[in-house]
Amino acid sequence: MTAVTETPVDLMRQREAAAALRTFLPESSVLFEREDVKPYECDGLSAYRQVPMVVALPENEGEIQRILKTCFALRVPVVARGAGTGLSGGALPLGNGVLLSLARMMRILEIDPRARTARVQPGVRNLAISEAAAPFGLYYAPDPSSQIACTIGGNVAENSGGVHCLKYGLTVHNIVKLRALSIEGEVLEIGSDGLDAAGYDLLALMTGSEGMLAVVTEVTVKLLPRPSRAQCMLAAFDDVTKAGQAVANIIAAGIIPAGLEMMDKPAIHAVEPFVNAGYPLDAEALLICEADGTDEEVEEEMRRMHEVMRASGATEMRVSRDEAERLRFWAGRKAAFPAVGRITPDYYCMDGTIPRRHVGKVLRDIAGMEKKYRLRCANVFHAGDGNLHPLIMYDANDSDQLQRTEAFGAEILELCIQVGGTITGEHGVGIEKINQMCVQFTAEELEAMHRVKHAFDEHALLNPGKAVPTLHRCAEFGRMHVHSGQEKFPDLPRF
Amino acid sequence: MGEGWDGGVNCGETSWPCITSVSPVIPVAELNHVIDQLAASIREAAAQRTPLRIVGGGTKDFYGGALRGETLATSAYRGIVEYDPTELVITARAGTPLAEIEGALREKRQMLAFEPPHFGFIPSPLNPRRVEQVPSVQPMDATPERASAPESRRAHVRLHGHIPINDMGPLLHASAHPLPKQPEAVASLTPNPSPGARGEHRAADTDRLDREGNVVSAMPADRMATLGGCVAAGLSGPRRACAGAVRDFVLGVRMLDGNGRDLHFGGRVMKNVAGYDVSRLMAGSLGTLGLILEASLKVLPLPAAEATLHLKCAEAEALALMNEWAGKPLPITATAFRNDDLGVRLSGAGAAVEAAAKRIGGTRVDTMLAGSFWNGIREQTDAYFSDARPLWRLSVKSTTPPLDLPGSQLIEWGGALRWLKTDAEARTIRETVARAGGHATLFRGGDKSAGVFQPLSAPLAKIHQRLKQSFDPAGIFNPGRMYPDF
Repeated sequence: MTAVTETPVDLMRQREAAAALRTFLPESSVLFEREDVKPYECDGLSAYRQVPMVVALPENEGEIQRILKTCFALRVPVVARGAGTGLSGGALPLGNGVLLSLARMMRILEIDPRARTARVQPGVRNLAISEAAAPFGLYYAPDPSSQIACTIGGNVAENSGGVHCLKYGLTVHNIVKLRALSIEGEVLEIGSDGLDAAGYDLLALMTGSEGMLAVVTEVTVKLLPRPSRAQCMLAAFDDVTKAGQAVANIIAAGIIPAGLEMMDKPAIHAVEPFVNAGYPLDAEALLICEADGTDEEVEEEMRRMHEVMRASGATEMRVSRDEAERLRFWAGRKAAFPAVGRITPDYYCMDGTIPRRHVGKVLRDIAGMEKKYRLRCANVFHAGDGNLHPLIMYDANDSDQLQRTEAFGAEILELCIQVGGTITGEHGVGIEKINQMCVQFTAEELEAMHRVKHAFDEHALLNPGKAVPTLHRCAEFGRMHVHSGQEKFPDLPRF
Repeated sequence: MGEGWDGGVNCGETSWPCITSVSPVIPVAELNHVIDQLAASIREAAAQRTPLRIVGGGTKDFYGGALRGETLATSAYRGIVEYDPTELVITARAGTPLAEIEGALREKRQMLAFEPPHFGFIPSPLNPRRVEQVPSVQPMDATPERASAPESRRAHVRLHGHIPINDMGPLLHASAHPLPKQPEAVASLTPNPSPGARGEHRAADTDRLDREGNVVSAMPADRMATLGGCVAAGLSGPRRACAGAVRDFVLGVRMLDGNGRDLHFGGRVMKNVAGYDVSRLMAGSLGTLGLILEASLKVLPLPAAEATLHLKCAEAEALALMNEWAGKPLPITATAFRNDDLGVRLSGAGAAVEAAAKRIGGTRVDTMLAGSFWNGIREQTDAYFSDARPLWRLSVKSTTPPLDLPGSQLIEWGGALRWLKTDAEARTIRETVARAGGHATLFRGGDKSAGVFQPLSAPLAKIHQRLKQSFDPAGIFNPGRMYPDF
């Protein structure tokens, strides 16, 4: 995540592109003055910054189509952006490209309460969908922690999850149809109003494709009936491995909780003074476990979870008595990132997923890395689905710390691969984890992915340089690894 | 957890066994040899531009366009690679019988929640498998490697006593009556061909490759659905509307592309957004993009309780009810309507099922009969499907009013899936369904010359052809199985 050197904007290209866009867009929809485009220089991963050549702010699909056709004709690359809350630099602009902001595409086009679907424009905020569906007793299930700000278009691009995805799935499980435009401006109707569509599952391929295949102009999402009741339990453990085992025991007992989160001691200590959630400060690990459904379901599930937690050695358990308390239990977890942000100038959030059974080993190894890199790390963990968010604390003004942070993060990601996991569970590869893609995939696999992109975008104009590294880049990265003596996977091919 | 968790390989720091059941003990060297053989066949076919027809159990030969090409059997590449119930993930090789996977899951009270249809023979739960214990041959290799870790072989499970899928005849009797005898289950251990079976490729599930790589049938056996076929066909059963489809449960695949390259996509963890989701793309691709070697699937616990109700009502009323219920927090896991009879299955915690059953009303169906009924829907052995006319599969918006098409219908998935037995013209059907925001598939029988699947729009057709070209440049995999032009 070392900041890359900014590409200077090509003023000739800029004039040409802006003039072409201005032929059909109002002045206020085409930005290119430095002070106007500066706010778009980064997304949620602020270590990477690049001022875009031009920012286009379309207000309808017709405008997007003309922008794409124009860029295609001029061979100008396009980076689509929603709210810019992404954590992997997926919406990092290009100095020679158009940043296509979909923030003005924020209309909820239709809510069909009987069919339980909502058709919305890509710039609609995640939470706004649930708010609009609430009068019908429905909601949109994926709830990334940034849901008050992040847009559904960005959620599709990143296949966003949230704290409830063990039971309710990711974005890919909760959308039924997309309307999208190819870089050539052709309309792609992907999915259907039914539960499947003819041909290849392009809906799955589009979800999580980081804006590299097509630009989404409409999303039809599935709405679920709001559970009549939800209840939350806190369980404290004096050992992270025991807490990890408790999670396994809950699954083994046949329970799929609506939420199952873990926080380690540093995370608890960062959060508690910040939100007063009532977390036990002497615990080594804390599980937050939620049941939802009908009254009967919740009652039975809470009783069984209580039994399993006790048998797994929980030192303290607390069950929410009312909705206010349930929300307070969650408040701590949901505030974990800002709480850590309060105690350190900067933090770097990782996103690996591991087979859950390795959580003890992985957390211990991370503790070892804290000493090795002389940096603190707090861990929050979507324990139910094995998605780990270590938050490495550092000071970006200290370049040595920044470098150590980067190495620390890379080592965590490679550890995740080593134990059979993946470098990114829900934040996406973007620009941030692109080097680790070379560790997770072989050259042939990466090539296959490049060919998938080529099938949609043969001139590589949509968000080029993100998510899938070139083999050339991997070759450079591979050498880097040999140099720093971190060749940890001798059985993995290097290129 | 003690009971049922029969010790063994230590996975990480938990004490649960990773692997609970493995079929024929096949040494790793032999498995690698099978992959080499398959890859060599693919490279040769690509060089010669010879079409290949990928076959698992051959149970879904009826589905999709005409079968073309030399058979490339996955059956020798079989066995469960890794299954740790507490991870909710199973990884198995393509040739593994689906029944074996479901059996291993059932032992741990888990399931494939998308209820894939087998359309082949399923060893009966009434006739339990004989399990032969074989001493451990090889310990679980602890070193991480890209290729599948060798399995531990504690239990050698063989499947015995296949019985045919039963057509239970007119089901959904309200059964205050004593259970009718199930003659098929007891009387017949002789397989009879599943609907649509053609019989030109038999014994796929026990095929083995000999040293020369020829297919050798170990024993004449029944056709059994395999995992590879299940993922490639992408078909899901009654629970789909509630739980999701095959593609929703695919976490990763290992595949051979059209150049015989061994590729892994996705993984064995629940959340993974590294790279394009090629593994889900493989679900339902009908083997046109590559040969699936292994798949990792998310699994779910079996529900603690289940109840099936049936209500007498007309089609429009059934559609209204199904859509209304789906908007309420009710544990409905399957619906099926035909002959003015609506079947509803509730699954979950005991108390929740009871409460929902009261709310929905109707008549409770006996557990055994209910099981047979849903099996009949899932496997298409229900009396509805015995009609000789072509069978169409209509996927539409769930709230679509009764479709004005000649023939008889069976409705599933809360209204989103409508089976149609009809002699009506393809064009009429496709147009009607397209107006309902959906698509129509000529599922069984009929004249396939006009295409089996709903034609794609021009921009999507172009992307399909390019994707096909990128994975299978010589165009050798299952040509014409999905669309006539690739």
